[in-house]
Amino acid sequence: MNIILKIIRYQIHDISRSKWLVFYTLFFFLITYGLTSFSNDQSKVILSLLNVSLIIIPLVSIIFGTVYLYNNKDFIVLILSQPIKRSVLYLGLYLGLVIPLSFSFVIGTLVPLIILGNKIPVQFTLLIFLFAAGLSQTIIFVSISFLIATWNENRILGLGLSIFTWLVFSVLYDGLLLLIINVFQSYPLEKALIGFSIFNPVDLARIIVILKLDVAALMGYTGAVFQKFFNTNLGIIISIMCLIGWTVVPLIIGKRKFSKKDF
Amino acid sequence: MSNRNGIKYYLKWLFCFLSTGLIKNSASLFLIIGFLLPGRVNFSKSLLVGSNQYFKTIKSALSAANNGDTILVYTGVYNEHSLLVNKAVKIIGIERPILTGENKYEIMKIKSNNVLVRGFLFKDTGLNFIYDNAAIKLDSVKYCTIEENKFTNNFFGIYLSRSSNCVVINNELEAFHTKETYSGNGIHLWQCREMIIKNNKIKGHRDGIYFEFVKKSEIESNISYSNLRYGLHFMFSDSCRYFHNYFTKNGAGVAVMFTKNVDMSNNIFEYNWGGAAYGLLLKDISDSKIVRNQFIKNTCAIYFEGCNRVTTLENNFLENGSAIRLMANSMDNLFTRNNFIGNSFDVNTNSTRSYNTFESNYWSEYKGYDLNKDGIGDIPFRPVKLFSFIIEQNRPALILMRSLFVDILNVAENIFPSLTPKTLIDSKPKMTKYL
Repeated sequence: MNIILKIIRYQIHDISRSKWLVFYTLFFFLITYGLTSFSNDQSKVILSLLNVSLIIIPLVSIIFGTVYLYNNKDFIVLILSQPIKRSVLYLGLYLGLVIPLSFSFVIGTLVPLIILGNKIPVQFTLLIFLFAAGLSQTIIFVSISFLIATWNENRILGLGLSIFTWLVFSVLYDGLLLLIINVFQSYPLEKALIGFSIFNPVDLARIIVILKLDVAALMGYTGAVFQKFFNTNLGIIISIMCLIGWTVVPLIIGKRKFSKKDF
Repeated sequence: MSNRNGIKYYLKWLFCFLSTGLIKNSASLFLIIGFLLPGRVNFSKSLLVGSNQYFKTIKSALSAANNGDTILVYTGVYNEHSLLVNKAVKIIGIERPILTGENKYEIMKIKSNNVLVRGFLFKDTGLNFIYDNAAIKLDSVKYCTIEENKFTNNFFGIYLSRSSNCVVINNELEAFHTKETYSGNGIHLWQCREMIIKNNKIKGHRDGIYFEFVKKSEIESNISYSNLRYGLHFMFSDSCRYFHNYFTKNGAGVAVMFTKNVDMSNNIFEYNWGGAAYGLLLKDISDSKIVRNQFIKNTCAIYFEGCNRVTTLENNFLENGSAIRLMANSMDNLFTRNNFIGNSFDVNTNSTRSYNTFESNYWSEYKGYDLNKDGIGDIPFRPVKLFSFIIEQNRPALILMRSLFVDILNVAENIFPSLTPKTLIDSKPKMTKYL
């Protein structure tokens, strides 16, 4: 435990000096600041932020994670020469990246909201939802990126794979869904679609966004089915379980790979 | 003596008086006019009804009354049902007496012209599908006024049929039904002409205001909310106007059907949510106007089916699910100078062609530019997105709303339109919103 904390502390220290993290923070700061100063409706601001972060956070997390692991190969090899368990090192590296990334996202969005906060009333439930969505995306996609980086020795292939993974989750998956919807037009697809979308963390967060943002458009049978599922305890528990699954499964597989890996 | 002889006689008499110069002051002139118009002289009396008054029941007062009398009803509970008003009387409640139908009967039936009913609380007419029990029913009458009454828990509230020139004003109606089939309408008009429905509040009925075969009437400044079906249900009623009304949270919004020359202006349609709920449902409407209305947060703000030559002018569409759903059988409609702000879909249509005109509207979704600074965007706006077209044919695809993939599709379709109607464009989109 002590060793994990040490590794995490070193990591945070190291990454904090990275100019990319500063850019990342600055990006959220500017977006939030811009949106807040242009709009008077904070719920709108938060929902637009959610929309932006659903594209940006997975992309940045997955690329940053992959590149980070490749770049620190020397450091990892060095640490491995010490009497440290590999799983502990892997977990330390993971948390050491997730914590600063999450932190910069939270700081980047929260500071402008506080600065301009007295201009408009704060919507706490939406704010909490924004942070929950952002943090879960970070946790999940760093976990996936670590798996990709440990699996592939080839940097180019690894980086390509992570971009492709992002593309799958954000774009191609939805394309596939649209295809399914079109092919099986004459069947009641609502429940099946909920099943499909649960297996994509980006979609899951997006659906909860539209349930908040486009309530009026979603009225009708389709919307009612979604609403019924995502507003019940069972639906929420299943969604959270899926998000946890998306974090834990790649992490465990990655750790196993990492433990057996010949550096 | 016949009437004509009588007039001659009077005229002769008057002439004598004038010529002999006997009249010097105005008092005697009035006397003469009084004699001249014997039929017009109205010795109307007031009949008092109450527990301490001469008449104990309204029924006895009604049978004792003559045309033109006033019946003053003091406060109290009157268990009198099926009151038949067949004389031109004013029935006025003092401190809101209660008339109840004991959950079985209808309360008052008016069958005479020139009746006024004011200041009562009508409650508890029972359910009856044969007689359509109503708190007040007016049948084949003219010039009646129903004002400042309250109605609670009635099957039908005010039921007018085959009548004309009546006024329903400042009433409050409330019902507590839960099923459409077991509830009646608040203000129900059937085969009427030149009526005025003004300043009423209607809640919890099946349809707040119901118009069928009504001509040249006005619905003004009413509030119709939380009704089970429509806030206003309007059919076969040519040349009517409704304006300054507020319709909100009705089961299915407002429906206007099978009518020509309707003028709908300055109304507010708000929070009509549901799969079959419309801010304003238009079916087979022609030559009508929708002007300066507010459509706020409805599932669908206006639904056009089989509508021709309808002008939609200077309305605000704010945060609706879809602002306009335009079915393929609607033609020659004009949409101009409207604000479309923050709607999930601006225009949905099920056709690849469009014979309607969109011009000079403000669209918050518009991303064009204005290089010559004339306030009009330089590139045309296509309000129908590919995605809204997909949704129209395939509702479950709603799950992909706001996905990056859908945004990419929309951009591609916008550049090379292939599925969305090519002619459905606003060629002069306004850069800033209309105030």
